[in-house]
Amino acid sequence: MSAAPSESAGYYRRMQAAVEELLILKGIVTPEDVQRQVDAMDARNYKRGAQMVARAWCDPAYKARMLADGSAAAEELGLEVGPLRLIVVENTPRVHNVIVCTLCSCYPRMLLGIPPEWYKSRAYRSRVVRAPRAVLAEFGTALPDDVDIRVHDSTADMRYMVLPLRPGGTDGWDEGRLGKLVTRDSLIGVARLPDVA
Amino acid sequence: MGAAEAVPAKFRAGDRVRVRLADPPGHVRTPWYCRGHVGTVERLCGAFANPEELAYNRPGLPAQPLYRVRFAARELWPDYREHAADVVEIEIFQHWLEAA
Repeated sequence: MSAAPSESAGYYRRMQAAVEELLILKGIVTPEDVQRQVDAMDARNYKRGAQMVARAWCDPAYKARMLADGSAAAEELGLEVGPLRLIVVENTPRVHNVIVCTLCSCYPRMLLGIPPEWYKSRAYRSRVVRAPRAVLAEFGTALPDDVDIRVHDSTADMRYMVLPLRPGGTDGWDEGRLGKLVTRDSLIGVARLPDVA
Repeated sequence: MGAAEAVPAKFRAGDRVRVRLADPPGHVRTPWYCRGHVGTVERLCGAFANPEELAYNRPGLPAQPLYRVRFAARELWPDYREHAADVVEIEIFQHWLEAA
């Protein structure tokens, strides 16, 4: 992170490097602090969210707690969520949920890690609120005709994660095995999980 | 954040609310596409420091109640072409809402 940016680095990359250098020169942070944060960010990925989903599929009482208070349910599994509040929205046979931040790129990083590039793109942010089925189709996701869509725009202090429908053909599976079926895109709501043959 | 530092909540789940059709300068987190539109309070999320103040390094207190407001997609987009029952839910601070 502290390596000098090349001449070709973009404006924001250069600005980031300049601010980082100043913060270090002024003794506000150390290079080790910066690296620790980068490492912590890299260590977080959607497997955390998948773990919560698999638990909810196996334990109805946990699922009820998770829908009532997502942050507390994450902490129950030892997953740190920080000051932002997590809201988990449940897909049902009649309702499909999709997450977006139309204003910028708010994302439940504490549980899903760094957002994919498309999540931050102007195209996704502006179109998914206006034509969600058309956007889902571009992800290869087709919803049955009797399913309505609920789009969640994360504009303030809440962060959102989708609880996908449990795939068919998984009766009797344990949490570990179920967790492996959960994809990042299903937690954002642009994908559904296929049944297991 | 103590209760004394929060503005009391004026709305409850199920209340119909209209988003102010305003265009103040500065850092505003009420998306343009819902301004002037009517929706239903889905839940009160709590009270949070006002981002319009935080953006300028001010404390943002007293904290403003924050709601999740549910809008019919067809209310937001008159030419919406997908399901009539589709909705968009948006977090909106109380000072942007009036009873509808």
